[in-house]
Amino acid sequence: MNDRPTAVELVEAVRRFLASEVAPALGDARLRFGVLIAAHVLGVVGREVTTEEADLAAEWAELAALLGTEGSAPARLTELRSAVRRQNEETVERIRAGAFDEAEAFRRAAAVLRRGVERKLGTAGLR
Amino acid sequence: MKPNTPDWTPRLEAFLTERTGSAARVVGLLRLTGGASRDTWAVDVECGGERLALVMRRDLGGVIADDALSRQQEFRVLEHAHAGGVLVPRPRWLGTDAAVVGVPFFLMDRLEGESVGRRVVREAALAEARRRLPRQMAEQLARVHALPLPPDLDFLPRPESDWSPARTALERAARQLQTLGEPHPALELAVRWLRPRLPDCPRTVLVHGDFRVGNLMVGLEGLVGVFDWEFAHVGDPHEDLAWPCVRAWRFGQDRLGLGGVGEPDPFFAEYERLSGRTVDRRAVRFWEMLGNLRWAVGCVAQAHRHLSGQTESLELASLGRRTGEMELELLDLIEREGS
Repeated sequence: MNDRPTAVELVEAVRRFLASEVAPALGDARLRFGVLIAAHVLGVVGREVTTEEADLAAEWAELAALLGTEGSAPARLTELRSAVRRQNEETVERIRAGAFDEAEAFRRAAAVLRRGVERKLGTAGLR
Repeated sequence: MKPNTPDWTPRLEAFLTERTGSAARVVGLLRLTGGASRDTWAVDVECGGERLALVMRRDLGGVIADDALSRQQEFRVLEHAHAGGVLVPRPRWLGTDAAVVGVPFFLMDRLEGESVGRRVVREAALAEARRRLPRQMAEQLARVHALPLPPDLDFLPRPESDWSPARTALERAARQLQTLGEPHPALELAVRWLRPRLPDCPRTVLVHGDFRVGNLMVGLEGLVGVFDWEFAHVGDPHEDLAWPCVRAWRFGQDRLGLGGVGEPDPFFAEYERLSGRTVDRRAVRFWEMLGNLRWAVGCVAQAHRHLSGQTESLELASLGRRTGEMELELLDLIEREGS
């Protein structure tokens, strides 16, 4: 096990350093804007490291219900990641094939996808 | 302006000397924006006792976005709009000889004011400008859409034959999304929703193609000029009316549906009064949704430019994580319409 600070704590320390010490000291507006983007992106990384596993597990369950797939979510994070990616690809294929065109099916898909989008936005710091 | 001297500065001076007929000296040069396919410079020139504040737009010959005009074409459109009384930066000179600055370029007058969207919607000093903007934007759009389409503008992209502008734009976005190869089910769902609801377009016009806060120069009295004509094309006027209403271009002032500066209704009403056209509110809502879809696909594409190594840029990379904003907006807008 690694010592503290944890990865998340280190990322947060760099984010704060960029946002509160580097950015205000920069005279060049374009560079300052770039540093603020860098700080924002580190915020995304910090949140993703913290919430990814739980978010993926929730998405797996919701998409499995929408797609009617059996079984349970993979236990290992790397496999869970690829499983959810495959579910997303399958959802795309079914949407393109018209499987959710009927009003009720459309509403069900929209509700499921909304939850996924809301989680992405939470990670991205946009909600 | 920070002085710096690219090796082409003397050749640009020679070009300006030849065009103006008096000795020209570049006294200030600053790169404003850059990218893979084009860049923009602020150029200050002393010439015959006069000081010219100019903007230079260069073609870099990289991969040009689908449908974006070349600098030569953009210059021609700018001249056309200027001659037709649209408020634009005065076009000055076109340089097609690559020997001058290495690539084709043009020069136009530099407008004074603020164009950065997040400042336009917030700065206290621009409160009066924001009050005037909706009507001024309507006035300029009415003029743009009244411009004739002479044969020498035949290079402008047009809807595919037998397809409406809406269908052309929707299918292009759907195809681009498919090509990018990243699964975005919410966007695919929006494509399915939009497809059976395509508005007709009885008469196509010259469309600016990127008319929104961020591409408008704004002074204390409001609109000073409309720039960035590289996405001009022949299309549906509702596209230009809806694009400035897309949430992303409200720059955080979400409750002001017209670009974070005002309400859409007075903008549409003024446009109707000046243009003599009726604004079809359903068509506007369709184009607003399509605008969200296109910008979502645009964000995925921008991130891919970074990921593919074509243009290494943190800013482009970060856009990939904004796609969800447009996805949520699309789901909200679809719900508003009722499926």
